[in-house]
Amino acid sequence: MKHLLSAADLTHESALQILDTAKQLTLATEQGVGKLPPLRGRTVVNLFYEDSTRTRISFEAAAKRLSADVINFSAVGSSVSKGESLKDTALTLEAMGADAVVIRHNNSGAPHRLANAGWISGGVVNAGDGTHEHPTQALLDAYTLRENLRGGEGDLTGLNVTIVGDVLHSRVARSNVLLLNTLGAKVRLVAPPTLLPYGIEDWDCEVSYDLDASLEGSDAVMMLRVQRERMNAAYFPTSHEYSNRYGLNVTRMNRLSQDAVIMHPGPMNRGMEISADVADSNRSVIVEQVANGVSVRMAVLYLMLGGSESVK
Amino acid sequence: MTSYVIKDVSILDGKPTDILIRDGVIAEVGSGLKGDEVIDGAGCIALPGLVDLHTHLREPGREDAETILSGSRAAAKGGFTAVHAMANTDPVADTAGVVEQVWRLGQEAGLVDVRPVGAVTMGLEGTALAELGAMADSAAGVRVFSDDGKCVHDAMLMRRALEYVKAFDGVVAQHAQEPRLTQGAQMNEGVLSGKLGLAGWPAVAEEAIIARDVLLAHHVGSRLHICHLSTAGSVEIIRWAKSRGINVTAEVTPHHLYFTDEVVESYDPIYKVNPPLRTAADVAAVRAGLADGTINIVATDHAPHPSEDKDCEWTAAAFGMTGLESALSVVYETMVVTGLMNWAAVADRMSVQPALIGRVSDQGQPIAAGSPANLVIFDPRASEVVEARKTVSASRNTPYAGRTLPGKVVATFYRGKPTVRNGELSA
Repeated sequence: MKHLLSAADLTHESALQILDTAKQLTLATEQGVGKLPPLRGRTVVNLFYEDSTRTRISFEAAAKRLSADVINFSAVGSSVSKGESLKDTALTLEAMGADAVVIRHNNSGAPHRLANAGWISGGVVNAGDGTHEHPTQALLDAYTLRENLRGGEGDLTGLNVTIVGDVLHSRVARSNVLLLNTLGAKVRLVAPPTLLPYGIEDWDCEVSYDLDASLEGSDAVMMLRVQRERMNAAYFPTSHEYSNRYGLNVTRMNRLSQDAVIMHPGPMNRGMEISADVADSNRSVIVEQVANGVSVRMAVLYLMLGGSESVK
Repeated sequence: MTSYVIKDVSILDGKPTDILIRDGVIAEVGSGLKGDEVIDGAGCIALPGLVDLHTHLREPGREDAETILSGSRAAAKGGFTAVHAMANTDPVADTAGVVEQVWRLGQEAGLVDVRPVGAVTMGLEGTALAELGAMADSAAGVRVFSDDGKCVHDAMLMRRALEYVKAFDGVVAQHAQEPRLTQGAQMNEGVLSGKLGLAGWPAVAEEAIIARDVLLAHHVGSRLHICHLSTAGSVEIIRWAKSRGINVTAEVTPHHLYFTDEVVESYDPIYKVNPPLRTAADVAAVRAGLADGTINIVATDHAPHPSEDKDCEWTAAAFGMTGLESALSVVYETMVVTGLMNWAAVADRMSVQPALIGRVSDQGQPIAAGSPANLVIFDPRASEVVEARKTVSASRNTPYAGRTLPGKVVATFYRGKPTVRNGELSA
């Protein structure tokens, strides 16, 4: 794996390899050996053009647990905010010898450009680009689903996953539709029509405008963050109406089957798309998702930079 | 003045013949002609010099992207003998002073007729009419008015502009883009935009403005021109309008005849253009519309940008691609090789009709004794891999780089003088 730009880059086999590697790395870490050695002497740059403390910390922890040197390059307070182009930043990172660049960018496709424009030679990991994709989020979601509903091994064949909310602006939804399909799950997207992308009928998933009709039979419900400001562009009338029609509250949660889990990529708008009671309930695996994020990111960096060395 | 004879060249779809050029005009057409200098035209096609109704020459203001001289050179290289310089310069061409400056610089370059386009509204801001009459009466003699790059979206202002330019036989060339439907738009709205997470530019944003404006033009009895039409629905609306006798003309760019939106999947901003590249169905419709005359002309929308505005991420990049040097080859490949048009139709769409719409005398004339000697000689047997670094334009943002285009401009004559010979600029 040279780069990880899109969940579409992952085959069934390579996705399972990442999940299995993540599992092994987690076990190795839990055995108390502290840092693992495989990326000693390698440099991973976290290049973040958007504030995303949780994703940056997750990648940073993943790289450090594999003994990589980590450079955090934030757009805030750096040459980037003085108008330096992505190209010049990339050339700088190349000159500093970055082996991998983890990029978060507000423009869709920026990681593709970084990987393919000939500016750098190292690997590129897409840590979220605009409204396009967030493949490591999809991997951690798949990992979480597998741990909770498939005993921590194999793929996700037969699972019904319902993703609810602002699909239009969601990189998480795009990557999840791709990866969950690759792993055999069935995906249903639920949103008001204004928050679904044009051409959604060509996507490999079901689409519904009705959350209540979509709860039954769902093995997992993934709630997407919805920015309250969207109502200013007439995507929905008021946050109150949105919450009533598409928010996950206790009443709706109780209609889910016994084993169903509730997920959220964070950060949550409590009271908007998810009620506090639901977020903090024992159905919620939201905190687990965060922990699993470090594991799958370790696996991605390991497979990208560590070559074929055995984990142990 | 040196006389030239082009030997054994086919005038449009005709049999090989000779063309004698003397004192700025075509002196004679026939066999066995003699002149001071001989150009071998065997196997080549002679067309009237191409006329571009839509060119961005960037001067004044962005001389790093193009100048009137460098753009004139690119035009000549592509077989053009007249171009219309769009108004979105800095300062905007919204006064007689600016259009006269552009016109004068075009004369000094002396390679093509540079016809300035005047802005419709002051500063392209869409709020108040620019001094259209002063620009029309100036030495530049402006007849085409456009806020290109921006849509004249206020219906009342558009109506007034359409009415006002009747006084001097002008035409308003509309950049049809409903602004509210295209806020932040990056590419054609379709399945691909959803997948790529790029904000969509829906076909309806173009079609709604065209529909409104043909109705306005009908209501006030004015002539209207539609810039860079790009969708199947737009072709249908123009076809309907013409069937009702509405005085509307339309253009399509070479790149909308050639590319589909699928190339955007690379996120390479070389393909970022406004209006955006559309679907295969749209490409088929604009080709059919050009072939049957619904779309009157091909116009390049040549839009040079310095590399820093293209060598970046998609959303940060500028809209636009160069087109003067490749236009004839692209039209040849998409319209002639495909059997949709013959050479007479190419001459009509790329020379005769653009000259008529722009009210350019001395251009778009038949290749016959007495006509001004504005000519292009095109060798359809040649083919070349396009190399960005070899372009004559001051900018290198050609979307055809690395692709092989058929045919080559062998010679261009402007007012009786060769601006291009043996495929190279004369000076």
